[in-house]
Amino acid sequence: MQIGIGLPNTLDADRETLLTWAERAEDGPFTSLGVFDRLVYRSTDPLATLAACIGYTEDIQLVTSIVAGPLRNDALLAKRAATVDRLSGGRLTLGLALGARPEDYEAAGVNFDGRGRRFSKQLNSLRESWEDDEIGPEPAREGGPHLLVGGDSDPTFNRVGRYADGYIHGGGPPRAFERKAEQARAAWAESGRPGDPDLWGHGYFALGEDAAERGREYLLDYYAFTGPFAEKIADSLLTTPQEVLQFVRGYADAGCDELLLFPTVADDDQYDRLETLIETEWR
Amino acid sequence: MQVTVVGGGPAGLYASTLLKKERPDWEITVYERDPADNTYGWGVVFSDATLSNLREADTKTHERITDAFVRWDPIDIHLEGESIRCGGHTFAGIMRSELLTILQERAAEVGVELRHGDEIDEGDVEELVDESDLLIGADGLNSTVRTTYEAAFRPSVSMGDAKFAWFGTEKPFDVFTFVFRENEHGLWRVHAYPGRMSTFIVECTEATWEAAGMDEKSEDEALAYVEDLFADHLDGHELRSKLYAWRNFPVVECGSWSMGEDVVLLGDAAHTAHFSIGSGTKLALEDAISLLEGVREHGDDVRSALNHYEKERRPRVEGLQDAAERSQRYFENVERYWDLPPEQFAYNLLTRSGRISYDSLKLRDVGYADGYDRWFETQASEATTEPLAARPPLHQPLSLRETTIDNRLVGSRPPSHEATDGRPADGYVDDLRERAESGPGLLLPDPIAVNATGRITPGTPGLYDDAHESTWADLVETVHAETDAAIGAQLFHAGRRGATRPRERGLDRPLPPDERWEVYAPSATPYAPGGPEPTAMDDSDCERVRDAFVRATERADAAGFDYLQLHAGHGYLLSSFLSPLTNDRDDEYGGSLENRMRYPLSVFDAVRDVWPDEKPLGVCLQATDWNLQGLKTRESLQVARELADRECDLLSIVAGQATVRERPRYDPTVLTDFTETYRNESGLPALSTSYVTTYDDVNTLVGSGRADLCTFNG
Repeated sequence: MQIGIGLPNTLDADRETLLTWAERAEDGPFTSLGVFDRLVYRSTDPLATLAACIGYTEDIQLVTSIVAGPLRNDALLAKRAATVDRLSGGRLTLGLALGARPEDYEAAGVNFDGRGRRFSKQLNSLRESWEDDEIGPEPAREGGPHLLVGGDSDPTFNRVGRYADGYIHGGGPPRAFERKAEQARAAWAESGRPGDPDLWGHGYFALGEDAAERGREYLLDYYAFTGPFAEKIADSLLTTPQEVLQFVRGYADAGCDELLLFPTVADDDQYDRLETLIETEWR
Repeated sequence: MQVTVVGGGPAGLYASTLLKKERPDWEITVYERDPADNTYGWGVVFSDATLSNLREADTKTHERITDAFVRWDPIDIHLEGESIRCGGHTFAGIMRSELLTILQERAAEVGVELRHGDEIDEGDVEELVDESDLLIGADGLNSTVRTTYEAAFRPSVSMGDAKFAWFGTEKPFDVFTFVFRENEHGLWRVHAYPGRMSTFIVECTEATWEAAGMDEKSEDEALAYVEDLFADHLDGHELRSKLYAWRNFPVVECGSWSMGEDVVLLGDAAHTAHFSIGSGTKLALEDAISLLEGVREHGDDVRSALNHYEKERRPRVEGLQDAAERSQRYFENVERYWDLPPEQFAYNLLTRSGRISYDSLKLRDVGYADGYDRWFETQASEATTEPLAARPPLHQPLSLRETTIDNRLVGSRPPSHEATDGRPADGYVDDLRERAESGPGLLLPDPIAVNATGRITPGTPGLYDDAHESTWADLVETVHAETDAAIGAQLFHAGRRGATRPRERGLDRPLPPDERWEVYAPSATPYAPGGPEPTAMDDSDCERVRDAFVRATERADAAGFDYLQLHAGHGYLLSSFLSPLTNDRDDEYGGSLENRMRYPLSVFDAVRDVWPDEKPLGVCLQATDWNLQGLKTRESLQVARELADRECDLLSIVAGQATVRERPRYDPTVLTDFTETYRNESGLPALSTSYVTTYDDVNTLVGSGRADLCTFNG
């Protein structure tokens, strides 16, 4: 299993922090850089953020985990993703899911209802744009960026089997990931797709007592729209090296291919702590 | 801190005891509508006697409960004239009333206030929530707390299909005992287990229950009927009932187990698990422990403690509920297995929940497990005497007509697109050869098109000209020369799923218009939105395609294949005749199921005519379209029976992909469940295409009669 680090792009981080983290991650133990997507929030745009990182990095994978697909116009999304893929030399992994926040849809002027059906069509149309020549640019990789689909429902796994290159899990303990990974593998096998689906996971960290409290507050705020469930998410925050390692090992055992660890506090100190931990204890 | 517990059953009493011990300053009150000395219920059973976490949580309760335990470890299975025992299943049982007394005493000892005879209704619940800092809904199956806050807990209660009733008897049963008995009304099952008084649960299907007139019998008549039916197991002892009733088992699940800042559900109020795996009480007690751990971790921060509880418990409880659901389905459908030989019937019963596998039976009772292997080998090899030692089921041969498949593993691979004009690429052939060398009993390459329009992608392999035939013949020859594997060919026509792009980047994405070929289907409806419109097949198309199947069959024989399988699933041509979603013809091939299956069956017959008698012919069949308007499993089973009448030799079961509009269930065991149903309902051997990755899985599936062969992705 490889480990990626999330950029603090929903944490109101300044230019300096975002780009330094990206630059350092390139040299550190991390194999990918993740970003979140949220419209009505003090966050930066996921694909634009990754585009900014292109010039500061060489090899590291650039990952959206995740972008709310149906919030966006298919052709525009296809073009932006192809652009990032091309300019980064084929480093984009496009993680897509439905997006669960009605206010984001409202702000974008897009219907919240029926987004599942639109999402399936969108996945097909993204593939089409990347393979055909009408909408440029031609992505760096044949067939377009690596495509991951996230979510929990049976239609999600249908989409993974039908359109994606893999599955990206929405977070939770390793046992929860394991069950979903099994479903993704079964969907893949049943759809008759060659090879195996890529399996990605993600978790939240805030190392140190002070950070833990702030991280918790952030998660409660970020997930406020889920009601009491926000508490559960906040409770799963990894706040000690021990917790992080147990989590990482659990995911590795469950067959995860790449695990993204997202910060909940945008301090350089958080980057340092995670880097040291992963470098010394995991590799 | 004021803690209110609604319900004085095991969950409520144990949780209050643990919390009071941890936080003596908390005031804890338990409300129970029944009096303290109520003795409702018979024995409760713990499927795992160690319960070491119980000891850690409260030693005194653990001691008192385990002192009162009756322990046993074998399971006895009684069938007509046969009795089979398997050991190693450590169980412990205790009378429900004794358990309650112990828990009540212990709760009182530590200072919990117990209010018996206090019925709590919905209005009371809301009042209690206002007064309390934590309200625990431990009020069982029909939880008032749960109903009061349905919007928050989002419960679903689904009722089982079978009827069951609890009885008690003085007849001592020394171990967990299953009895199966058939009479003129149907097949009855008994779950009996030891205790100061034995528990005796009788279960049957609704049809049997009605046939026996149980709905009209008085309590005395019903007792007399059951006593008479099981007289030989009761040895003259009578049955007793408390609150006599025949019920259907309700499965409770909840979207959330907690609400707001301070309300939580425990035990049966939150989740139930079928009585046949004996874990309801264990779950309740463990819920309480987990809640205690939440409080230890988070102290007075109740909300966080509840999160901790749910986060820790839910995956475990759901895992157990899955197993319980499988066990429940087994007991609701025992009729399906009744034709299995008694030895296999018992083995199937022991492995029903998915929690006990071939390997774990070896650990539990090696004598039983080895004996079973020897029996299985005797069956498979048709030997007259049982061997001294046998190999596991997956290594046993399977004879289909005159082809012997050496073992139960099937090497397969997903559809490839590395062919040129139907001729398999060298790399592809090499890959198949390698797979054959890894030791499967049968090598079954991905579907081979019977003509060019029957390809999925431009690279789909075919068997419709001499170059194809000789490529396959070379492969067959090498496989036969270098390995013991049999090799099969799977023939298909992609129908309206043809002319698509390679599958690496998704399924059913049509080729660009200038690269497409004409695709054929029963009706002129495209597979995917925006996809090419297929040509609705006329009589001559039907005949032409049938001929293509026949000619490909002849070539398959000439190439030396040992086995032939027709693909009538996944929305390919043959299955799209079967499915009402894809067939709106008004000729003899459309309309009723009888009409819809006519064309695929005619292809089967035509192929059987030219395929040599000594070689087996099988069909890959669609179990469901995963669409309410689509092909139903009931209908598809009808097709399977038709195939059985036509001496089809093997069924391979798949599901879904009839159309893009589907609601599939992606669960690693779903195809296994289908395979098992088809095998045991149609009597045909079956190949499981499920996602199986361990030899243990294969041994379990084959050993228990859920499948005869398994595709293997190890």
